[in-house]
Amino acid sequence: MPSKVTALPVKRTFGETMRRDAWWIQPIVVFIGFSAFIVYSTWAAFQGTFYSFENLLSPFYSPEIWGPTEHALIQRTGAPGWWPGFLPYSPAFLILWAPVSFRLTCYYYRGAYYKAFWADPPNCAVGEPRNNYLGERHFPLIIQNIHRYTVPFALLLLVFLSIDAWNALWFDSVGGGKQFGMSVGTIVLTMNVLLLGSYTFGCHSLRHLVGGGMDRLARRPIRRTAYACVTCFNKRHMLFAWMSLIWVGFTDVYVRLCAMGVWTNVRFF
Amino acid sequence: MATTTFKVWRGDSAGGEFQTYEVEVDHGYVVLDAIHQIQAEQATDMAVRWNCKAGKCGSCSAEINGMPRLMCMTRLDDLPEGPVTVEPMRAFPLLRDLVTDVSWNYEVKASIKQFTPKAPDNADGSWHMEQYDVERAQEFRKCIECFLCQDVCHVLRDHAMHDRFAGPRHYVYAANLEMNPIDTGDRVAALRDELGIGYCNITKCCTKVCPEGITITDNAIIPLKERVVDRSYDPLAKLISLVKGNGGD
Repeated sequence: MPSKVTALPVKRTFGETMRRDAWWIQPIVVFIGFSAFIVYSTWAAFQGTFYSFENLLSPFYSPEIWGPTEHALIQRTGAPGWWPGFLPYSPAFLILWAPVSFRLTCYYYRGAYYKAFWADPPNCAVGEPRNNYLGERHFPLIIQNIHRYTVPFALLLLVFLSIDAWNALWFDSVGGGKQFGMSVGTIVLTMNVLLLGSYTFGCHSLRHLVGGGMDRLARRPIRRTAYACVTCFNKRHMLFAWMSLIWVGFTDVYVRLCAMGVWTNVRFF
Repeated sequence: MATTTFKVWRGDSAGGEFQTYEVEVDHGYVVLDAIHQIQAEQATDMAVRWNCKAGKCGSCSAEINGMPRLMCMTRLDDLPEGPVTVEPMRAFPLLRDLVTDVSWNYEVKASIKQFTPKAPDNADGSWHMEQYDVERAQEFRKCIECFLCQDVCHVLRDHAMHDRFAGPRHYVYAANLEMNPIDTGDRVAALRDELGIGYCNITKCCTKVCPEGITITDNAIIPLKERVVDRSYDPLAKLISLVKGNGGD
């Protein structure tokens, strides 16, 4: 058990530091980036309209479990019968909890939003605004340990988003049936799957589950390969976290503006 | 030769202040060169701890322009224009000037369960270890115990939780032992309780300042946190472990 250390230097006050670089830029950029995404995605989820266009479906609404469009698994108008009448309904509400919980408990995001939203600390070697500290050892942040339970849902969403990207390759033909083709929307949806996959497959919990929790991997070729693959993505986890966040938002914007008639989904062939 | 201004902390645990020194520096100088020059020509009583001047002994840890760094590995050419501030580490008690008492770290290290090898695989007392498994923990053995990671960690630096939190250096040490295929020691419960790994909130500052480039957060702390989750917070992992009758390995 470590002992108490006394006679430490006087604690620095909020924002106090001897750093001479622009340490405040990083938390501000993270704060603005996350805030913008939260505001936009919440607004988009509440709309319940303009989330699909021809063979394109917004990732915020995928899979459309219960909804009016041709993409829906159960094609119905209005809310499911069990949905509380006093709550507004949008197909996004049935699935958004999965990516939200995955990102909210992600090890990278945790470190980033503790700094940007809670100044705990504002940045490395910069004074904090408060004296008490509980870390992730006590309630409420001990809940972050559920992260591994969000991983299967994030992986399942990748399957549905891959199906959406595949569907974006097939267009209604004049004589009926489907015709293979490609549009800007196809590329947007495919990029979305690739970036979300790169982020999800770099997850720290997944890394632990596929092999990191073991001391001997050399004689387990499948686990060893899986561990090496996840480690490869994990090295760029922050990069893919940001790229996938931005692209998933842009994908919704693209589908929405096409559905509203503002943008035209240019078809290459 | 150019003149550079240094603001160096002078004082002890009772108090002190930054004192300004003008130093003639040459191309390729590191901060420790300048400190030695000040010590030789202007402040012969200045206390500074150093040894190898090659970034391998971990003695000359200090805060340069507000960031924990090794004085011997910080080139003046790489610092921005203007005065260079040099002060002692803030997570440990100050002895004098740039020297701090880091003995708490050795006390914590001694409290961690030591290497406990399994019975030898061979009659000559040796073990079988595959290179792949050896390499995984090899990164952790690069640690030079400069304690810059401890200094930058806000749990020690700002919250002074030395009695509940072991700090990044000791999680690297524990990870090296925990991931060793020969070791049979179990440190997971201690990591959760006495060593307080749950207080880490993954700022990655420790990784940022490590002069050896050890990926402390991603490769040591988070894998250990996941092992703690296996044992304490994941009912499914606990069930699997009980069925298999081991720790999951």
